[in-house]
Amino acid sequence: MIDAAFADLLGPQTVDALFPNGVSRYAIGGMLVGLGTVLIYLGTGITAGASTFLESTLSYVSGRSRFAQYRPSRDWRVVFTVGIIGGAAVYAVIYQGDPWSIAGSGWTTEVSAWRLFVGGILVGIGTRVGKGCTSGHGICGVGSVSRTSLVGVATFLVVAIVTANAVSALGVGL
Amino acid sequence: MPLVLVGGLVFGFGLGFSHMARPEVVIDFLTFDDFGLLFVMFGGSIVAGIAFWTLPKLRGSAPLTGRPYGRRLKSFDRNVLIGGSVFGVGWGLSGICPGAAYASLGVGNWPILYAIGGMFVGAYAQGAWRSHDADDPAAAPSDD
Repeated sequence: MIDAAFADLLGPQTVDALFPNGVSRYAIGGMLVGLGTVLIYLGTGITAGASTFLESTLSYVSGRSRFAQYRPSRDWRVVFTVGIIGGAAVYAVIYQGDPWSIAGSGWTTEVSAWRLFVGGILVGIGTRVGKGCTSGHGICGVGSVSRTSLVGVATFLVVAIVTANAVSALGVGL
Repeated sequence: MPLVLVGGLVFGFGLGFSHMARPEVVIDFLTFDDFGLLFVMFGGSIVAGIAFWTLPKLRGSAPLTGRPYGRRLKSFDRNVLIGGSVFGVGWGLSGICPGAAYASLGVGNWPILYAIGGMFVGAYAQGAWRSHDADDPAAAPSDD
C-alpha cells in the first residue's frame, strides 16, 4: 500500500531508482522502532537510547567514574538490550527462511571483520563523546526536536556518507 | 522492567523488519544505492515525536516511575561535533550502530560480535580517558 502510494506520487521508475527494495519495510520497521521507544516512554518517562548500554554495562566490571554514573540505570539497560536481541530473533524466525522455523532464519554479513571491528571502536568512542547514537539522537532527540540532536545527526550522517563513499571509491571491498 | 523488555522486543523487531540490522543495507544507503533507510529514521522519530509532544500535555509524570514526561534535550558543545564525526567515520566504515548491532546479533549474525566488541573497546577507551578529569561537567548522566 505504501509502495503503491509512492509509485503514484513519484512515478514507478523514480521509485525503483531511489528505493530498489521498496519503501514499506523501511517505513513499517521505522515506526516499530519508534513504537518500542514510545512504550518505554509511556510507562517510565525515559527516552531510551541504545548506546549508553555500552558504558552502563562496563560499570559492572570497572569502577571508573565515567561508567559508575550509569549504575542506577544499568540493569534496565541490559533488559532493553536483551529485548532488542530477542525482538530481532522473533523477526528472523517469522519472516526469514521458512516461517516459524529456526532453519535458514539467520544470515551473516559480508562486511569484513576488520571493518566491523575498527568501525565498532570508532562508533563506541563517537557515540559516547557525542552524547548519542542513531537511536538516542536520531529517534529520541529528533523526536524531541532537540537542536543538539539535529546537529548531531547531521554531523554523523554527512561524515558517514563521505566515509562510505571514500572507502568505496578507494576500491576497498566489503 | 517487563515494559522495558516489551519495548526492547518491539524496537528490535522493528530493526530486523526494517533491515537496518544488516550492515550492507546501511552502506547501500550511505552510498546512495537505496534511500529507504530515511524512512526508518523519519518513521521512528515521527512516532516518538508525537508521543513526546502529546503525553506531557495529558499528564505530568509516568505512571510506573513518577518521572516527569519531558523531551530528550542535551546541551550543545564541541563534543557533539567531535563525537558525531568519529561516530560517522565508524558508521560509514562498518555500516552498524549500537541498536542495530544488538538486533543483528538476534538475527544470528555472529560476525557482528566484532563490531560489538569494538564498541565496548571504544566506549571503555573514552571512559577511561575522560574519567581522569572526573569534574568534567559534561559527564552528566544521560539516557542514550
